[in-house]
Amino acid sequence: MNVIVEREKGLLELERRIEELRAATASQSVDMSSDIRALEEKYAQIQHEIFSSMSPWQKVHMARHPNRPTTLDYLAQFARFDELHGDRHFRDDPSIVGGFALLGTRAVMAIGEQRGRDTKENLRRNFGMPSPEGYRKVRRLAHLASRLGLPIVTFVDTKGADPGIASEEHAQSEAIASCLYEFTQARVPVVAVVIGEGGSGGALALSIADRLIMLEHSYYSVATPEGCAAILWSDAGKAEEAAARLKLTAQDLQGFGIVDEIVPEPLGGAHRDAAGSIARVLESVESSLRQLSALPTAELLEARYGKYRRIGAWHAERLEAVDHNL
Amino acid sequence: MPMPEWLRRRRSKNQNDGAALWTRCVKCAEVLYRPDLAANLWVCTKCGYHFRMNAFDRISTIVDNDFVEIGNEVQSGDPLEWVDKKSYPAKLAADRENSQLGEGVVCGFGTLTGRDVALGVMDFHFRGGTMGTVVGERITMLLEEARKRRIPCIIFTASGGARMEEGMLALMQMAKTTGAVARFMGDGNLFVTVLTDPTSGGVSASFAFQADVIVAEPKAMIGFAGRRVIEQTIRQKLPDQFQTAEFLLEKGHVDMVVDRHDLKAALGRILEYADDKPVAAEPDR
Ligand SMILES: [Zn+2]
Repeated sequence: MNVIVEREKGLLELERRIEELRAATASQSVDMSSDIRALEEKYAQIQHEIFSSMSPWQKVHMARHPNRPTTLDYLAQFARFDELHGDRHFRDDPSIVGGFALLGTRAVMAIGEQRGRDTKENLRRNFGMPSPEGYRKVRRLAHLASRLGLPIVTFVDTKGADPGIASEEHAQSEAIASCLYEFTQARVPVVAVVIGEGGSGGALALSIADRLIMLEHSYYSVATPEGCAAILWSDAGKAEEAAARLKLTAQDLQGFGIVDEIVPEPLGGAHRDAAGSIARVLESVESSLRQLSALPTAELLEARYGKYRRIGAWHAERLEAVDHNL
Repeated sequence: MPMPEWLRRRRSKNQNDGAALWTRCVKCAEVLYRPDLAANLWVCTKCGYHFRMNAFDRISTIVDNDFVEIGNEVQSGDPLEWVDKKSYPAKLAADRENSQLGEGVVCGFGTLTGRDVALGVMDFHFRGGTMGTVVGERITMLLEEARKRRIPCIIFTASGGARMEEGMLALMQMAKTTGAVARFMGDGNLFVTVLTDPTSGGVSASFAFQADVIVAEPKAMIGFAGRRVIEQTIRQKLPDQFQTAEFLLEKGHVDMVVDRHDLKAALGRILEYADDKPVAAEPDR
């Protein structure tokens, strides 16, 4: 059960009643505008109560909202997208989509994690949890982009890498580890956007980037709250508590210097104005690419190394030494 | 061979404690005399089970003599101000006391069959070998220093994955260490990992599987997802050999599975190939 979907139900009901009254006013020429205004005020008040200050747990559920824009919704707003398939070894993993794309007039490589909107599509896309084949596709496309000089834009939206038997047999660890390696070395600007869930190493595999952007109500965490609760307390039921402790919101992560930019969402979440939300994200991706493209490759790579090198480094003097040796 | 002074100082308290002279094999339940077990490199004298080793015991079995530690001054903070049953600082203090380690990895320099080597050894006894900011920082320092010295690096892994109590700062250590690995390897230096029981999660999905040569200890459990997680996902029991070192060798994920008694010699032979000096045929073997 999604707590945001539950809380939205009352609002959607109010919306429906307001629409009915409006229709009645229009067709019967009865003036119900005061009733409408009263309902609208009530609506705004409830909306504000629900969404103006969301707990980390509520944000996790907002990130999982079934109507939240997915990678393919973003790709649909690119000027062009030519999908490339497969890992060249074993199969094509539908939980990863990627290919050549035009963002405005700029040619890029776009890659993202793709979940489904309904059960059928979710089964096909494995709920957005990539297998090693998916990560090998990511790596292949990132490598191709680096070779051709195409900037890389990624969309992160996964609970984590697939934890199944076949994934272990096909070396999930190695597939993710190789992705990480590829992204640290890509000789082109990399911009990553966390659009929904950023679950663990499966999300990191697409987000070692020069610029990390998060949507206001997305989350990014060392493990899903359920996974963390299971690991630490052997009780996935304590997920809400884990969500509160993990500091997984975009706002927390900006405080840690992990996230470079937060793109605001409309009150009620990105799905309440999908077109506007997507446009804002793509604008900030473009602006990041403009800045990054101005950097010489060597500087870009030094800056990327330094950015991660500083996370969890302890001594100021050692950091200075690092800067000197870059 | 007498125990070097640096090792005597750094060995875990329980191992120097006279009261715990006997222990039971985890696998075959044989009661074992600790000094015998230590003399046998912590391999069960009856069934060959490889016990999880204390980092300094491991180092003493790998280096020729001296070991110069780096990064010991780097100690954990509490970036998330984490509290559950205990506070995170209290958990760290308890593990420091029990393991006599400052953190979950020991890094430094020594020689192995006469060749300079950078050595990192993770220890499962400290927070389950999980990687937080200190583990990530020490491993990065090791790789950066090894790169400067242009010498090979060997890392022994033992880890439950990323450390939850440091949240995203822990996950980011996968990115940080990967950057250091890539620069180290990019310069043409040899990187070797030895996967010991257990190696999983954020450590297996970063530097453990980025090495040029990947060695595993017999029967070590190695994988991305934990066994329990997979069993809950698929709702059935996994076969016993699933995710063992031998399983990974068969699937083509690791280069070799080496018994602990042969490990130093095997590593020495690998290092020879990365050496500037010509590899000598072995006269007495
Ligand atoms: Zn035994």
